[in-house]
Amino acid sequence: MTSDTPLLHASGVSKRFGAVVALKDASLTIKKGEIVALMGANGAGKSTFVKVLTGALKRDNGTVKIHGADQHIGSPGAARRAGLVPVYQEPSLIPDLDVADNLALGNTPVEPFLHWVEALGISGLRLDDMIGNLPLATLRILDLARALASEPEVLLLDEMTAALPTDLVEKVLAVVRGQADKGQAVIYISHRFTEIAEICDRATVLRDGETVGDLAIADGVEDKVVELMLGAALGAGPAVAEASARPTGVPRLDVHQLRAGTRLADVSLQLFPGEVLGVVALEGQGQDELFDAIAGMIRPDGGTMAVNGKEVRFHHPADAIAQGLTFVPGDRAEGLLMQRSVHENIALPMLARMRNWGAIKMRREASKVRDAVARMQIDIRAQGEVQRLSGGNQQKVTIGRWIATGVETLLLFDPTRGIDVRTKRQIYGLVRELADQGAAVLYYTSELAEVPAACDRAVVIFQGRVVDVIPADRADEQTLMRAAYGLTNAHEVPA
Amino acid sequence: MSATENIPRLTRMGRFLRDYPIIPLIILLICLIATLEFLRPGIVNERWIGNTIKFAIPLAMLAACQTLTMLTGGIDLSASVAATISAFVMATQVPIVGAPLAICIGLVPAILIGLVNGFGVAACRVHPLIMTLGTGLIATGCLQVYQRFVIASGSVVPEGLAWLGTGRTWGMPNALLVFVPFAVLIIWAQRRTGFGRLLYALGSNETAARISGVRSWQVYLALYALSGLIAGVAGLIYVGLIKAPSLSLVNPLLLPSVAAAVIGGTSIFGGRGGYAGTIVGALILTVLGTLLTLMQIPEGARRIFFGLIILAVTTVYIKLTDQS
Repeated sequence: MTSDTPLLHASGVSKRFGAVVALKDASLTIKKGEIVALMGANGAGKSTFVKVLTGALKRDNGTVKIHGADQHIGSPGAARRAGLVPVYQEPSLIPDLDVADNLALGNTPVEPFLHWVEALGISGLRLDDMIGNLPLATLRILDLARALASEPEVLLLDEMTAALPTDLVEKVLAVVRGQADKGQAVIYISHRFTEIAEICDRATVLRDGETVGDLAIADGVEDKVVELMLGAALGAGPAVAEASARPTGVPRLDVHQLRAGTRLADVSLQLFPGEVLGVVALEGQGQDELFDAIAGMIRPDGGTMAVNGKEVRFHHPADAIAQGLTFVPGDRAEGLLMQRSVHENIALPMLARMRNWGAIKMRREASKVRDAVARMQIDIRAQGEVQRLSGGNQQKVTIGRWIATGVETLLLFDPTRGIDVRTKRQIYGLVRELADQGAAVLYYTSELAEVPAACDRAVVIFQGRVVDVIPADRADEQTLMRAAYGLTNAHEVPA
Repeated sequence: MSATENIPRLTRMGRFLRDYPIIPLIILLICLIATLEFLRPGIVNERWIGNTIKFAIPLAMLAACQTLTMLTGGIDLSASVAATISAFVMATQVPIVGAPLAICIGLVPAILIGLVNGFGVAACRVHPLIMTLGTGLIATGCLQVYQRFVIASGSVVPEGLAWLGTGRTWGMPNALLVFVPFAVLIIWAQRRTGFGRLLYALGSNETAARISGVRSWQVYLALYALSGLIAGVAGLIYVGLIKAPSLSLVNPLLLPSVAAAVIGGTSIFGGRGGYAGTIVGALILTVLGTLLTLMQIPEGARRIFFGLIILAVTTVYIKLTDQS
C-alpha cells in the first residue's frame, strides 16, 4: 500500500427511499491527514451520504473502498470496526443513564474519553452525572470525545459546532486539526464557511444527491462552492413577482431582538400589511423558534413583539390568534386532525373559544367551509378522513382553516415542502391575493427559488441573527445562498 | 370514479365500516337475538325486551362517561365509584333531608370527583387512567368513612327513583323517559356543538387543536366534571333498579362500561367513535349476558366465554376498520 492510496474512497453511491431519490451519484475521496468539507444546500443528500458511509443506511449501488479494499459496511458496528466513526447532528447518548453507563454501552475506554473531554474544554465532568441533566453543548462535546476515544481513522462530523458557544468551537476546531496532523482523516459537514476555511483542505460539493465538485480551499472558494450548490438553477428562476411598493406606516408585526431557545439569538423584523415577507435560513438557524414564538407556541427568552404598534405577550396560541396571528406549521401532521373530515378540520378554529362551545350554526359553518374549500381549490372527492387526501390537499386544508376565519397575519412555515408544482403555484397565487387584500404574510421557505416567486422581500437568518434583508428583485438564488451562509459584508444590515 | 375502483374491496369495506360503524353492530345484535330465539323459542317477547333495555340503560349511561373521555384519548375509571357514591349518599340522606334535596346532595360528590379528575388531567397532565384510578380509590375510602357517620339513620330509595328504575309504562321501562332525551342530547352534542367537536379534535391531535387556539385545560375540566355528573345520574337510576344501596353498588359495571364503548367503535386512542355505537354496544353486552345465562353454562365458563367474545368482536372490528 502506497501513501497515495486513499483512506476512504466512495464512488457512484446511490440511495432511494420509495420514489424519492436521495442520492444519485455521490462520491468522496479522503486521504490520510486530510480534512474534507462535505457541502450542499438543504436536501442535497449530505446526511444520507454520511449515514450510508457509516452503515446506518444500506446503499443501493456504488462502491466504498477503505485502504483500497472493497468494504461492505452493513451496520454501524461494522463501520466502527473499519475505523469510520460518526458524530451525528443530534446528541446520541441515552438521557436516562449516567456517563459511565453510556460509555459502557459502546465499549468506549474511559481514560482516553476523559482525556478528550478535558482537551475539548469541559472540566468537572463526573462519571455519575446523568446525561439528561447536562446542557446540550456539553452533550455534543461528549459525543465527540466518545468518537475520538475509539481512535477513528476517519471521523465524520455532522454539524458538530452548530449548538456550541464560541470558546468551545475553537477548542473543537483545534482538536479536529490535531487529528489530521496526527495522520487521521476527518469529513466535516458545516454551514459555516469561516470554520471550513480555517481547518479544511478540500470541499466536496453535493447537489441533488450527486457530487458536482471537489475544490481545494483557497481564497474566493466560497463563490465557487455556492455556484456549484445551485448549479443550473442559477439565473433560470421563475418570474419575479410584481413587488408591491415599499411598505410604510405602522407595521402589522414588529419583532424586536427576539431570543428563544439555544438557536434564536437576536432577530428583529418588521412585517407590513399587504406584504409577503420571506424568511430564508439554512436548517436550524433559529427560524423554527422564531415562528413558534410569534405564534405563541413557545415563550421567548427575551425581546419584544408588537402588533399594530401595541406590545403583545403570548402565553398560548389563542393569544396570538386573538391578535390576528395565525400559524401554519411546517409539519402537516402537526396541524391536522388526520382522522377527521375536511369540514371539521377547517371549522376547528371557529369553535376554539369557550363562547363557541354551544350549538353550532350548521348552515353558517357549512357556507364558510364551502367558501374556504372553493378558494383553496381543495379536491374533496376523497370524502371522509383528511389522511386519505394527497399531501398538497392536506396543506391546503391547514391554510384554508385560516381563510375561513378571515386572514390578518399569516405565518407560513415552509408551506410547499413536498408538494407538487401545480399546488405550489396555487399557493403562491393565494398568498399574493391575500396580501393584495391587506393581509400580512410571513413566509419561511427552504426552497430559495420560491423567494422571488412569492415574496416582496426576504430576511436572511444565520446563526439566530438577521444577516441581510433582500428585496425580491435582487433575490436571486446566489445572493440568497451567499447570505444564508453568512457571507454578507457588502452592505449594512438594517437593525 | 376510477380512483375508487382501484382500492381493494376489503379496504373499501373497512372504510365504509369506519364511516358507518353502527351498521355491523346492529347486525351483530340482531344475530345474537336470533340465536337466543332459536335456542329458546318464544323467549323474545315484549317482557324480555323491556327487561333487557332496563338493565342496559345504567350500563349505557356509565358507558357514556367512557365514550366521551375516550374521544379525547382518556378514560374515566372513577365513573363507577362516582355512581356508587351518588346513590349511597342520596339513599342515606333521604331519611334526613327528604328525597328532592337528597338527590341534589347525592350528585355533589360525583361532580366533585369529576372536577378533581379534570384538574389532574388538565393542569397537572396526569394520565387519565392513573388520575381516575386514583380519585376512584380515594373516593371509595371517603365513602367508607362517610358510612360510619350515617350508619344509624338507615337508607331509603325514594319512590320516584324506584318507579324510574323498575316501573313500566305500556311494557316499556320508565327509565327510557330519562335515557332517550339523554342519548339524543349526547349524540346531538358530540357532532353539533363546539364542545363535542373539540373532544374529537383533542383526541385526534392535541397540537393541532392548540395551534387552532383551543385551550385544552378548559375542555378537560368541563369534560371530566360532565362525566362525573353523568355517572352520578346513572348511579341514581341504578339504585332505583337494584333498590339496595351498598358500598360497591355500581362497581361491577365499570369494566363492562369500558367494553361497551370499545365494542361500540370508540377508539381508546381518541378521535374516533361516538355514543350511538356505545348504546348498541351496551345492548350487545346485556343480550350476551342473558344468552350465556340461558345456556346454563357454569359461572366460570360463562366468564371465559364473555371475555373471549368481547375480545373477538373488538379484534375483528379493529382489523376491519384499520384498513386505511
